[in-house]
Amino acid sequence: MKFLPDQVVARLQTEMQTPDLSGTRYRALELLGHGGMGTVWLAQDSILQRPVALKVLAAENSSADLAARLMQEAMVLARLEHPGIVPVHDAGTLADGRTFYCMKHVEGQTLDLYARKLPLRERLRLFQRIAEPLAFAHSRGIIHRDLKPANVMVGPFGEVLIMDWGLAKIMPVVASSATGQAPQHAIETDELSSSATKAPAHEFTRAAQDSLSSEALAPENTTAHGTVLGTPGYMAPEQKRGEVNLIDQRTDIFAMGSILQSLLQEPSGSPEGESYSRPLRAICAKAMSAEMSARYASVQELAADVGRYLDGLPVSAYRENIFERTARLVSRNRVAVVLVLAYLFMRLLFILFSRR
Amino acid sequence: MTPTPQGDAFPLTRHSVVAAAQGRDPEERSRAMDAITNSYWRPVYKYVRLRWHVEREDAEDFTQDFFSRLLEKDFLASYDPAKGKLRTFLRTCIDRLFMNQLRDSHRQKRGEAAVHVSLDFEEAEHELAASTQNGSAEGYFEKEWVRTLFALAVERLRVQCQSAGKTTQFAVFERYDLGDKDSRPSYAALAEEFHIAATDVTNYLAFARREFRRCVLAQLRDMTGSDEEFQREARSLLGVEAK
Repeated sequence: MKFLPDQVVARLQTEMQTPDLSGTRYRALELLGHGGMGTVWLAQDSILQRPVALKVLAAENSSADLAARLMQEAMVLARLEHPGIVPVHDAGTLADGRTFYCMKHVEGQTLDLYARKLPLRERLRLFQRIAEPLAFAHSRGIIHRDLKPANVMVGPFGEVLIMDWGLAKIMPVVASSATGQAPQHAIETDELSSSATKAPAHEFTRAAQDSLSSEALAPENTTAHGTVLGTPGYMAPEQKRGEVNLIDQRTDIFAMGSILQSLLQEPSGSPEGESYSRPLRAICAKAMSAEMSARYASVQELAADVGRYLDGLPVSAYRENIFERTARLVSRNRVAVVLVLAYLFMRLLFILFSRR
Repeated sequence: MTPTPQGDAFPLTRHSVVAAAQGRDPEERSRAMDAITNSYWRPVYKYVRLRWHVEREDAEDFTQDFFSRLLEKDFLASYDPAKGKLRTFLRTCIDRLFMNQLRDSHRQKRGEAAVHVSLDFEEAEHELAASTQNGSAEGYFEKEWVRTLFALAVERLRVQCQSAGKTTQFAVFERYDLGDKDSRPSYAALAEEFHIAATDVTNYLAFARREFRRCVLAQLRDMTGSDEEFQREARSLLGVEAK
């Protein structure tokens, strides 16, 4: 028996972890990273001759439950066709038994890295762009449940993509969600995650049925109430408590509030400047309210409040006093104020000199 | 008792080699014990050397004695796969036997094991000197277990490739994946060395790695105590959903 040095054992172990792509059109090029459920590989699509990303279930996670979850993630992505959501090309099971799906290879940086170099107002506009695909997903009844800067990619042209929908939950889409009201969640419907009980047949609204087939997406199982899924620091209180039945789009709004808060942090860490303005802090506080009913009802409302701040308008989350209102109005109408003041000054001079 | 020749796949009629070793068919039991001995003697020998700081000759005696007793005293009868891994059970047996021998001072004299197992301790000593020994003896035992698993799987692959007339495939794999990292050849260099096309190198490596994966799984089956343990190890150690 040939003795294998440590480095050879380590290499073989890595080799074994490499997904077996035999029989597929893909060729693994390099490991891009590890996610919660699996590994993401850069691969070459040998037919279309383009790089793609393969998300493959991690070895230690290759249980039937998680394989189903990964497949559900692929199915959700396949139905969320939006420029801000990474498109999925293919899904299946590899020769080594691991579940995988193939998606567009996104080149770029995660939000936290990308935002570091931007001034505050650019960061706020970036935040508004994250809200767009999220609002789209919510309109299709999909709750992300794991929003955080590391799950938002910014491409070389500033395009924003929300990644990692592995913990997503499918909600019943009711008419109110399209109008910006919080969805009713009397019925716990499909879950992308799984446990032991078979989900009942679910009803979707017509709009949702157009884009999401409940039959196709209805998983075998649902996440048990009490199961905690998400990332600490970005999890809403109801998520931390494992109150799965309560989770709706306002759970994502809490995470968006956390993301906004992180975007307000100056790279220098200095507690000075606009990023510490009360309206922005109030927007974060409202989005991150412990009480779900106190949060923004929709991600559009949240983005709109940020937009109002950028436009120098009052934000819904903060009631300003007379001084702040004056200061804001002056700041917003600087040219007009200067012109009026100049006019008044000239007028005053004219009156003074005309009396002499 | 002679260990199963390297690479000779153990013809399991039961799902686990331990179940075979615990069975009633003497022939099957004997072959199962061969498989276990073949897979475990190196980790056992090296563990004893490190854990108990015993001299080489004493470690050799102990290893012989341990595997003899494993067969004769039916140690494996008390192994319950539901309670833990086979290798943890064996390590506990080693510690217990060693402590008993120390206490009773009834250690058998060198070469007196009732059943002599043909083991290459010289080679094991060289390996012991070549491997890094950081951390606990238990951790080292685990590490040696993985090393043995891969090494035996490589042997299986070699034998399999020889019998299938695919020696070049194995040679390319050996040269590229088992060689020194610093002197790892390029695909072009391998193609030139083996007089094959560069695209063949890719194909040969893909073939060998795929077969190696199968060999590791086959070997893993011989080194685990239950189907659950096998599945768990295959997932956590090797990254595959074993079938």
